[in-house]
Amino acid sequence: MARNKETLLLLLDVGPSMHDVLPEVEKVCSLLVEKKLIYHKFDEVGLILFGTEDTKNELTREVGGYEHVVVLRDTKVVDGDLVETLQHLPRGTFNGDFLDAIIVGMDILIKRFGKTDKKRKRLCLITNAICPIKDPFQGTKEDQIITIGEQMVQHGMGMESIVVRGRISENANKRVMDENDILLNIFSKTTCAKLVYVESPISLFGALRTRNISPVTIFRGDLEISSKMKIKVWVYKKTSEEKFPTLKKYSDKAPATDKFATHEVKVDYEYKNVEGPSRVVPPEERIKGYRYGPQVVPIAPSEWDAVKFKPEKSVKLLGFTDSSNIMRHYYMKDANVFIADPGNTRAVLAVSALARAMKEKNKVALVRCVWRNGQGNVVVGVLTPNVSEKDNIPDSFYFNVLPFAEDVREFQFPSFNNLPASWQPNEQQQEAADNLVKMLDLAPPGKEEALQPEFIPNPLLERFYRLLELKSKQPDAAVPPLDETLKKITEPDPELLSQNKSVIDAFRRIFELKEKPKLKKSNRRFLRENPSGSNKEEGYGDISAQVLDSIGNTSAVKVEKIGDLTPVQDFDTMMSRRDGPEWVGKAIKDMKHKIFDLVEDSHEGDNYPKAMECLVALRKGCILEQEPKHFNDFLHHLCNFCREKDLDSFCEFLASKELTLISKTEAIDSEVSDDEARSFLVKLEPKTENLSG
Amino acid sequence: MDLDPDDVFRDDDDDPDNEVYQERESTKELVVYLVDASPKMFSSTCLAEDQKDETHFHIAVSCISQSLKTQIINRSYDEVAICFFNTREKKNLQDLNGVFVFNVAEREYLDRPTARLIKEFDCIEERFMEEIGSQYGIVSGTRENSLYNALWVAQALLRKGSVKTADKRILLFTNEDDPFQNIKGATKIDMTRTTLQRAKDAQDLGISIELLPLSRPDEEFNVSLFFADLIGLEGDDLAQLLHSAGEKLEDMKDQLRKRMFKKRIVRRITFSIANGLSIELNTYALIRPTIPGAITWLDSVSNRPLKAERSFICSDTGALLQEPPKRYQSYKNENITFSVEELLEIKRVSTGHLRLLGFKPLSCLKDYHNLRPATFVFPSDEEVIGSTCIFIALHRSMLRLKRFALAFYGSSSHPRLVALIAQDEIVSHGGQIEPPGMHMINLPYCEDIRHVEELYSDSSGATPKATDDQIKKATALMKRIDLKDFSVCQFSNPALQRHYAVLQALALEELDMPEMKDETLPDEEGMARPGVVGALEEFKCSVYGDNYDEDSELVGNGKASETSKKRKAIAENAVKESASYDWSELADNGKLKDLTVVELKYYLTAHNLPVAGKKEALISRILTHMGK
Repeated sequence: MARNKETLLLLLDVGPSMHDVLPEVEKVCSLLVEKKLIYHKFDEVGLILFGTEDTKNELTREVGGYEHVVVLRDTKVVDGDLVETLQHLPRGTFNGDFLDAIIVGMDILIKRFGKTDKKRKRLCLITNAICPIKDPFQGTKEDQIITIGEQMVQHGMGMESIVVRGRISENANKRVMDENDILLNIFSKTTCAKLVYVESPISLFGALRTRNISPVTIFRGDLEISSKMKIKVWVYKKTSEEKFPTLKKYSDKAPATDKFATHEVKVDYEYKNVEGPSRVVPPEERIKGYRYGPQVVPIAPSEWDAVKFKPEKSVKLLGFTDSSNIMRHYYMKDANVFIADPGNTRAVLAVSALARAMKEKNKVALVRCVWRNGQGNVVVGVLTPNVSEKDNIPDSFYFNVLPFAEDVREFQFPSFNNLPASWQPNEQQQEAADNLVKMLDLAPPGKEEALQPEFIPNPLLERFYRLLELKSKQPDAAVPPLDETLKKITEPDPELLSQNKSVIDAFRRIFELKEKPKLKKSNRRFLRENPSGSNKEEGYGDISAQVLDSIGNTSAVKVEKIGDLTPVQDFDTMMSRRDGPEWVGKAIKDMKHKIFDLVEDSHEGDNYPKAMECLVALRKGCILEQEPKHFNDFLHHLCNFCREKDLDSFCEFLASKELTLISKTEAIDSEVSDDEARSFLVKLEPKTENLSG
Repeated sequence: MDLDPDDVFRDDDDDPDNEVYQERESTKELVVYLVDASPKMFSSTCLAEDQKDETHFHIAVSCISQSLKTQIINRSYDEVAICFFNTREKKNLQDLNGVFVFNVAEREYLDRPTARLIKEFDCIEERFMEEIGSQYGIVSGTRENSLYNALWVAQALLRKGSVKTADKRILLFTNEDDPFQNIKGATKIDMTRTTLQRAKDAQDLGISIELLPLSRPDEEFNVSLFFADLIGLEGDDLAQLLHSAGEKLEDMKDQLRKRMFKKRIVRRITFSIANGLSIELNTYALIRPTIPGAITWLDSVSNRPLKAERSFICSDTGALLQEPPKRYQSYKNENITFSVEELLEIKRVSTGHLRLLGFKPLSCLKDYHNLRPATFVFPSDEEVIGSTCIFIALHRSMLRLKRFALAFYGSSSHPRLVALIAQDEIVSHGGQIEPPGMHMINLPYCEDIRHVEELYSDSSGATPKATDDQIKKATALMKRIDLKDFSVCQFSNPALQRHYAVLQALALEELDMPEMKDETLPDEEGMARPGVVGALEEFKCSVYGDNYDEDSELVGNGKASETSKKRKAIAENAVKESASYDWSELADNGKLKDLTVVELKYYLTAHNLPVAGKKEALISRILTHMGK
């Protein structure tokens, strides 16, 4: 811990033009200190304000000048008071001079540490840099900056400048702003200084590193292009999730009077036999097992070590491929960065040459990595070029892990073109969507890209540390609402929405959305009875009806009733159903009704062919199921019915189609002989004559 | 419960997608392998890959055996039964002739595959004639119908489990395209009819019947003679069947040992687009790292599984606690306590759904904007009608305009910004390679991004950058080592495959440990081609110069050499200092503990041992090293 101890000086501009963003400055600086209080308790922080009414610094006492710069707090170990101070920054009344503040800050650090102390020292400047800085007594401003820069390098100080621009600086003097920008730029070129411009309050929140993690390489060694050529590289993590802090479990068992109580909870694991739970099995009697089907295969560690996969530490190139072959969603984990060994100029050149060639030709490289000896698996990943735009930063590669064959699940999804037509957007709808995608633009040309991950703080962490601070003062404090500024991360920017109101309204108007009540079982049967879409007035039921129908045609849906459209098929399916004995009876009964209906509703015989088909089906079914009586009785009944209703034409129709009763040879249970069966309808005719005559 | 102590210390809510790792699937597959064991299966042969004749019976059995070995890893909760028909002996619950259900001890007929089943099935061929026997089951003159019986037995076996939760299949292996050819007249018609009805009954109960016909080189299996009706195929499907059946056999043999996952919706979410307009989406986990299965702790004496019990003990009083309701964080020398509810409340920053924030060009998405595997989203019209239409429209616009959508995903455990990238459908050789939809990429926050490159910014000005000539040489090299048809998942994970192979070898008590091929190694042969070597030499020459010595380059400049120099100096010093102690005597007299840690470390450094740990650890390390 102590080795990484850092001294930080915050140089904050509190001049009038900064008042709008000061609430954010207060929040982000207190967050920084809150985190230090947990993770870097021994870091020192000092606070210098400029643009203030008062003046209070050593330099002004010693040499004069440096007005409106207040050293609000000397560098000392972080504490709760500092958080308090940062949360209530005084508002200044004068235009701040950031160069004065930098010099005051440097003076403090130099006096405190001298040249020899190698502790990490950092200045952090937050300003809008729209006010002119004073002319130096001698030389130009540029010269002065360069001298300061040299001093900084000599004393090993780092600097981070955050320049807040955007709407608040719209009315500012352009010339002064440009001059300041040039001056600040000199810093970033000549020293280890970082310069960040931010436009929105959220970006300000994200621009300041609130927690410093000293990077550690995960690999140092050769990137093997082949066995003949190697490039010395260092691999670092590029992204790594800053986790929500893991809190310890709290025990309230200790008496309140016990001042030295730790309140810690020890978690103890005991392994017990399932059969004899009384005995605790000691660690040396335990063995790891892996599942193989229902059984567990025990594997002793020594045995496992002997046979397990043991790759050697290495990073090997597999080849290059078109970047389009590696789709973005295949990236599996957090990213790494491959940097050429900084001390090895030729390695830097080699990486630079490859990176630039890859970028030019749109290629990526595939590598197989084993970061450490003893690592139990290999990683296959992709190197993408990161060509540096700054002269003083070397070129490098980003590395992302790719999945293995086992990691990809091949689920099939319907092609959009195969979805029903009602689900396809029409031309106007497509245009509305195009407009929405075009207009709801977060990276409009000429403006800062909104919501860049580099500047978006994690709202959870901010909220946690804020509550922590609140609770330290008032233990029963409630969870505060999400910070207003940070709400812009979780919700669309109201300004952007109102600017594009017409586009959004058009989009809303042209697409129709309807909530659908959950489909009930009865619904389905109902829909089958009206298959031709006669339920138009129901509107939304329409799609599901079609969908259901299409399902019904392809797979065998359980038919429970003989419908109008395909009575013969329905009957056949019902007859062959085997999930209950009652279906055959029901099918025959339903079919009889259907035939009656068809014959009765017939207009000049238009339903006869259909009724005939049904009769044939019924006949066949009754033979198969050995139920001839059902059919024979029905045919008698039907003929009598026809005669009564003056539908003789149907009987004639049947006779012409040579439909007969079921005979003994066809079904053993039949009481009708072959001759009888054949003559049934022929016989009918004279009978009819008799009756009528 | 399989509790791994390491696991328990992880964040309580580590991964919202954790549910996909669950061992048990909601639905499972029940399969009955129905193998024809008629003498014809033994007499017919066809050429195997290695130009040797193999009997059809052997092909069927080895195919099932391979498939079982894969299945026990892929989908070990699926259940199988192996059933032979046209056998001499009979063994089945219905006591029907000519059907033999193969099984081993401690297992029901239809059950999960076990190591024992696989092991005994592996040597079935040797024992088959003796114990089960082959014999034609359909002979003229009798009304015996072994195929009918087999279907009946299979159907009865598959009565287990409801159709809703299980996928039931019968896989029929046979080389007899006309099973009733020896029967004549009405009996033939009758037998055909009853058999077809039996098959149809099975299909009506939700059982699908798949045919894996085996043809001889000189005689094609004629599906239309009988089996087309049995499995209910018509027209074009018929022609395809033979072709696909061949592939199916191959597939069954060559499957990768890979845990299979059922297509499952991870979560249904609402995607709110603007001003209250929300559509319905389903999320799927298409890519997740596969882990080699959970560890179960066993008693090394009895090999019985152990149960882990966790107990909480108050450090101050030693009292046994229930799960403590409060957590604390020490802050400003105080313990600040939080209730679990409060912690949950902190994480609730949004309504739990996906909210559109706007669109950006794809170039804004950097390669390092990634933290964990992406999640796939696909629209659903189940509850909100019109969702799919809007989704398709946005999908097309985003593809055409080359933009991605930025959205906030307010899941309860990891609320974060996500990029939605539209992916067009990619189909090749009749298969879907990439489904259409959007991929949800998890973006990092600013706290998660490290600016490592800047660490090595050179304050003195410019760092070396490659010249055009060097870039040209690199391009030439790149052209030489170009993997044209690279597909992302072409490698299987060697560690995982090794794990499965070892597990299988141990479970089946195989003596030889199988050698696995590591597909991830570079193609040494290809790299040694003269063209590649030439391009490589030229590139090397252009960036490294003629006389590049890697070691000499290191000395002199840069931070690295400084630290390594320092390390070297420390080591040298340690050797010197260490020499002034009589270590073995100190150890013998137990006087090591009288030395300071610094002194102890002299010894360790001088002997290249790790120097971490407490004093006792250092002493014991020294003693171990001296062999005492």
